[in-house]
Amino acid sequence: MQTNFTAEQLADPHVAESEKILRRCVHCGFCTATCPTYVTLGNELDSPRGRIYLIKDMLENGRAADAEVVTHIDRCLSCLACVTTCPSGVNYMHLVDHARVHIEKTYRRPPMDRLIRQVLATVLPYPGRFRLALGLARLGRPLAPLLRRVAPLKPLAAMLDLAPQARPKPSTSARPGSRGSEGERRGRVAILSGCAQPVLDPGINEATIRLLTRLGVEVVVPQGEGCCGALVHHMGKEDQALAFARSNIDVWIREIEAGGLDAIIITASGCGTTIKDYGHMLRLDPAYADKAAKVSALAKDVSEYLSALELPEVESRGLAVAYHSACSMQHGQKITMAPKVLLRKAGFTVREPAEGHLCCGSAGTYNIMQPEISAQLKTRKVKNIEATRADVIATGNIGCMTQIGTATAIPIVHTVELLDWAYGGPKPAKLA
Amino acid sequence: MEAIKFLEPRASVVARRSAIIADLVDLLPRECVVHEARELVPFETDAFVSYRRLPLAVVLPTTTEQVAAVMKYCNRYGIPVVARGAGTSLSGGAIPQEDAVVVGLSKMTRILEVDPANRTATVQAGVTNLSISDAVSPEGFFYAPDPSSQLACTIGGNIGMNSGGAHCLKYGVTTNNLLGVRMVLVDGTVIDLGGKHLDSAGYDLLGLVCGSEGQLGLVTEATVRLIAKPEGARPVLFGFDSSDAAGACVADIIGSGIIPVAIEFMDKPAIEICEAFAHAGYPLDVAALLIVEVEGSEAEMEAMLKEIVAIAGRHGVRTVRESQSATEAALIWKGRKSAFGATGRIADYICMDGTVPLGKLSYVLEKTSEIVERYGLRVANVFHAGDGNMHPLILFNANDPEDAARAEEAGNEILKLCVEAGGCLTGEHGVGIEKRDLMRHQYSDVDLNQQMAVRAAFDSEWLLNPSKVFPLEGRPAA
Repeated sequence: MQTNFTAEQLADPHVAESEKILRRCVHCGFCTATCPTYVTLGNELDSPRGRIYLIKDMLENGRAADAEVVTHIDRCLSCLACVTTCPSGVNYMHLVDHARVHIEKTYRRPPMDRLIRQVLATVLPYPGRFRLALGLARLGRPLAPLLRRVAPLKPLAAMLDLAPQARPKPSTSARPGSRGSEGERRGRVAILSGCAQPVLDPGINEATIRLLTRLGVEVVVPQGEGCCGALVHHMGKEDQALAFARSNIDVWIREIEAGGLDAIIITASGCGTTIKDYGHMLRLDPAYADKAAKVSALAKDVSEYLSALELPEVESRGLAVAYHSACSMQHGQKITMAPKVLLRKAGFTVREPAEGHLCCGSAGTYNIMQPEISAQLKTRKVKNIEATRADVIATGNIGCMTQIGTATAIPIVHTVELLDWAYGGPKPAKLA
Repeated sequence: MEAIKFLEPRASVVARRSAIIADLVDLLPRECVVHEARELVPFETDAFVSYRRLPLAVVLPTTTEQVAAVMKYCNRYGIPVVARGAGTSLSGGAIPQEDAVVVGLSKMTRILEVDPANRTATVQAGVTNLSISDAVSPEGFFYAPDPSSQLACTIGGNIGMNSGGAHCLKYGVTTNNLLGVRMVLVDGTVIDLGGKHLDSAGYDLLGLVCGSEGQLGLVTEATVRLIAKPEGARPVLFGFDSSDAAGACVADIIGSGIIPVAIEFMDKPAIEICEAFAHAGYPLDVAALLIVEVEGSEAEMEAMLKEIVAIAGRHGVRTVRESQSATEAALIWKGRKSAFGATGRIADYICMDGTVPLGKLSYVLEKTSEIVERYGLRVANVFHAGDGNMHPLILFNANDPEDAARAEEAGNEILKLCVEAGGCLTGEHGVGIEKRDLMRHQYSDVDLNQQMAVRAAFDSEWLLNPSKVFPLEGRPAA
């Protein structure tokens, strides 16, 4: 597509990058078809092609973001289904990332919107604060219906709805230290504890550590590691996101220098997508560019890493699993086959829900910030999953687990919990 | 060369813009009207992205009644209306103009009825082509015309352009698979044409509407014919040492009375582009590739393939490879159907749509290369060879105005060549804005006047998609 930038504008490396992305787009419109918000709202402004055009217009004219543009960019889930669909290879992810930073820098949001974003950015990435907030949410739950009636307060109601009834007990899985392998050592990996996941469902990393150590892999929980930065990154809070990234990179590089790492294992695909992008995010930082690229190259979803271990075939246990591929898994990281192959090998019957490419509406903090669209997508997703009549739902992202889990009676677990069970671990508590 | 002109916006309409928007907001739910300046920009073009015009407003109705209300209103105040499906037109059929209200059908996406007994489906016009096949697949059916953009393009747009696709060689184009429409006329009257049967008494008005590019009315619902899925289908790759040999082979296959489901052609640049995107296993060491799909029972497929392989042998085919699995077959088609978009990885392009008699395929391919070379540009050819429907993609740099002008000029020469070779300007993309001024190469003034008289019977004021199809000079005074 033709672009119209001055040489002066292109001197900004971020604009130059976006210009290159825009040049790739041929405006064919294929992306509209697989975009969850276009499918839901039927307005091109809420489609990738529409957003690309809005971003192009804003950047070319060197304009500050305005309410119209912000509305449509905010409605984007960053599910990246468009990137999977796009035949010409438009890197929508990096384009919309740039747009979000531009919005954050040039647009003043209404006070309530600003406040909620600030609260989310201050609480969610920190497990201690998040744990505390969940306790408060339980107390505040009776207020949800009231809050839902006032438009700017709807996100608060959504937050209360999402908070689990009971907080799981704190787990030792996130405690720094090394978990030695059983038998002959086949590898050494670091595992990302992350921020929200260990609070919401510590069983995921417990299962991962059990399974990996049983398979002969030493698992390290490095000291000082924190949120990957995805949450604030998607809010356009770039400085904060890069600070998280740098801090984690320091931790992992230290670990690599200390004992070597074969991989950095990630059990939340949303985080995986971002960590795999550290190399890009920090490409302009001479002090970190190389280290970031190294970390990104080592980042592996747990299903990727397990695939390389060649696990044995297990006899069928007659359990039908609906596999829900998180957007960050299938579109963000292009991991489509590995989890299903692993589950089949482990003796599960895998069923694939219709419209598997569509987002469940979780998308980080999207279900809080855009509760209406999120709820429609959730209903659609759950309907498709339930149509498979599976006994259990498996997925690889905590966000989807929380979102889908609030709307169906079918138990939902992380893929790795089923694999741990199949290869000698305990049965996941949710299936008991 | 000069850029293609649009009609001058009607000053009286543009002057009343705010009043018109206020009225539209009264007529429709709030979320169905787009009018903020920023928000109109993404509607200024379609997939023929070299031309752009901002619309006056965009409406996104959800029912036929809402469409009728808008049409009635626009007719009353002399406001042009441009229909838009998914905006995937390669000829600029959905590009608006400054005094026009765009009626977008993207919210009308309901499948209204699937009738397996009568083998029909009735859908709203904004339903995508592929979702019809998806919806009827559990019943063992599919909707045959399959434009490469079928994932995104709407049935309403398909009817507007009488779209084709790879599988139309055997099953015909949109008009051969359309049984009925509900349509809103320019004054807001809602009419039904056709039904669930193949033909109706009286004039073939449905045939007239199909391919009328939004100039006779606005289709809001369609009833289409469903086809039973074959027992099996298999795409086979035939690699040749020259485009000439591949072209002659196509003519020979069809000439000997064999009608496979599809015969698609790719030249070397197209093979490389598509393979890089889809990893479909296209041979990279050949100059031209045919994808021939056969279908039916194992025995049927084998018998037909045997004949085709024999013919290809006479044309010096170098490699013959059958797809070995459903996944491989899907990849072969994915590569082919993504060819245009995938071309965007290496350059900007404009896509031609001329159709020629099969005997002239090789000749036109050779001449096309000569023309494009003369303009100092590159070309990739990927098209529906069995139909003689050619799609040279002329590669250029959109940020270089001279390059863009040369590409357009080369395109015009190619289309004229198609007409001179006994073919026509458009096989399936429609005339739109792109080929409008070439219509005089295809038709005499007498022809054009008669066609415009038919158009005027539906829309005497030229309100519907007025800048398209007919050259601006020589139109009757409205």
